[in-house]
Amino acid sequence: MKRQPMYGMMAEFDTAQHLVDAARKTHQAGYQKIDAYSPFPIEGLAEEIGFHRNAVPLVVLIGGIVGGLSGYLMQWWMSAVDYPLNIGGKPPHSWPAFIVITFEMTILFAGLSAVLGMLALNGLPMPYHPVFNVPRFALASKDRFFLIVFSSDPKYDPVGTHSFLEGLAPRSISEVPS
Amino acid sequence: MNEPYKTTVEAERAPVIEPGHTFGTVTEKISAIVLTRPTSNGWFLGFGIAFLMTMMLLYAIGYLFLKGVGIWGVTIPIGWGFAIVNFVWWIGIGHAGTLISAILLLLRQSWRNSINRFAEAMTLFAVACAGLFPLLHVGRPWLAYWLFPYPNTMRVWPQFRSPLMWDVFAVSTYATISAVFWFIGLIPDLGTLRDRATHPAARLIYGTLAMGWRGSARHWHRYETAYLLLAGLATPLVLSVHTVVSFDFAIGIVPGWHTTIFPPYFVAGAIYSGFAMVLMLAIPIRKIYGLEDFITERHLQNSAKVMLATGLIVAYGYGIEAFMGWYSGDRYDAFTLWNRLHGPYAFFYYLLLTCNIGIPQVLWLRKVRTSPVGLFFVSLVVLVGMWLERFIIVVVSLHRDFLTSSWGMYYPTRWDYMTFAGTIGMFLALMFLFLRLLPAISIYEMRTLLPEAEVKEQP
Repeated sequence: MKRQPMYGMMAEFDTAQHLVDAARKTHQAGYQKIDAYSPFPIEGLAEEIGFHRNAVPLVVLIGGIVGGLSGYLMQWWMSAVDYPLNIGGKPPHSWPAFIVITFEMTILFAGLSAVLGMLALNGLPMPYHPVFNVPRFALASKDRFFLIVFSSDPKYDPVGTHSFLEGLAPRSISEVPS
Repeated sequence: MNEPYKTTVEAERAPVIEPGHTFGTVTEKISAIVLTRPTSNGWFLGFGIAFLMTMMLLYAIGYLFLKGVGIWGVTIPIGWGFAIVNFVWWIGIGHAGTLISAILLLLRQSWRNSINRFAEAMTLFAVACAGLFPLLHVGRPWLAYWLFPYPNTMRVWPQFRSPLMWDVFAVSTYATISAVFWFIGLIPDLGTLRDRATHPAARLIYGTLAMGWRGSARHWHRYETAYLLLAGLATPLVLSVHTVVSFDFAIGIVPGWHTTIFPPYFVAGAIYSGFAMVLMLAIPIRKIYGLEDFITERHLQNSAKVMLATGLIVAYGYGIEAFMGWYSGDRYDAFTLWNRLHGPYAFFYYLLLTCNIGIPQVLWLRKVRTSPVGLFFVSLVVLVGMWLERFIIVVVSLHRDFLTSSWGMYYPTRWDYMTFAGTIGMFLALMFLFLRLLPAISIYEMRTLLPEAEVKEQP
């Protein structure tokens, strides 16, 4: 693959409202490959940049089901099949006594799936990323809001995109070297 | 108050965050504690004392490994002693952290945003202290891994019909989920610290821990989903943990243990003592680090109200225990009640009633709820009371059960006291390190409380 010289074009905004409006206009202008950065979660921002498929709940559901099943089957196999032991005359397969650990294993697997699934889907850990090449981007974790149009977008062209972003009245515009 | 991420300054009510703050000042103020403020002598003194107490804990544990549990006061009939009292006490304290971070998140109580981080840290450290005790108590702690079902050459498996096994799974799941929940909450703030740190080592460490967090809208979206789902999972988990702890007692047939009131009454007691610990930590922290803008009178008041409510549930539990002692007509249950009121440990029972039911009633007074000093002392009293409650449950129930020939008394040794005091030291030492090295208040969640964070719906 040919290495593209620029990763994208980034605009900086002062307020969350400004960023959301800009993201909507950019998306409506036909840009597909864009992203927005903010120091805190903004409700609805992900939808404005055209992100609708969130697979985290599915991952958690699968994790929970796997955890619950493995918890119960583990206890059943160990207590009733591999090592049956008479404890106070209770049947080896005492399902009511197995509920607590089944529940705990469901929570454990679902919780770990939520964390690991979220990180994996987000592509983290990723210590290096081109957006960090922009010095002002350090403010994205404090009080500034950024919008980027990736150079892989079919509509991207250095001059046209620059003038489009300028039309959104940002505080500054920078090119992001890859 | 239905609108979650809004600062409502009502005439009667103190605000969640004092007016006049911006994204910048919130970030500055919280990250400065970690990054730029010089470490005070008070911190070194406090950490030093806590560290020495931790060393005492290690000494007590070292001697325990050398000699065995015989150095403790545990003996038949009181085989559980301080170790289990302390275990239940510590794990109960942890519960308030999860309540604040998970249950109040689901209930959209935005005031939790400024206390959830250190409350979660408190949970983690309290669970670490709690976890030590059953492990030390097993007698051969180096074989404690036998509790887990792993394929072994003895060709045996754990006994899953025992509540003690349930406890192993409940507590280890709780510790794991609390740790990841806390860490997930920290990631965006670690990114902030990475971007603001000037020392290369600090940048490297915070940067590594932040894992390249850059605040992308896609990331935030998945992050919030995962965080909310974790909260939803942690909510039944935290209720289950103390329920399972209470099963350790309630499944047994010892009079004073074998009762169905135990699960709800244990959970309420856990939250009661946990909020007391939250207040005992929050009151000095906000004073010393000047965080009164973020941990306001509102937080103190709300915590006091939760304490009052859970305290009343605990009082109801005591009432039902006493009532059932009489109503069941079971002579052993009736004797347990008589023994609590008139037996050799009666003094502690009355002290327990004073600490857990009597004194906390002052929280009905607004004057007390708004006074940091008053709240601090009430919290201390509650923590003592809740420790005594577990002492009464464990020791007083065991020391006189069915057969008079097997009655006995419990005499804790200095090793018991050293181990208990040592865990308090370890807890405080970890807390001091946490305050110095990580943001004690969630920076990104505080930003969402500011009026500027609001975004209007699209036209």
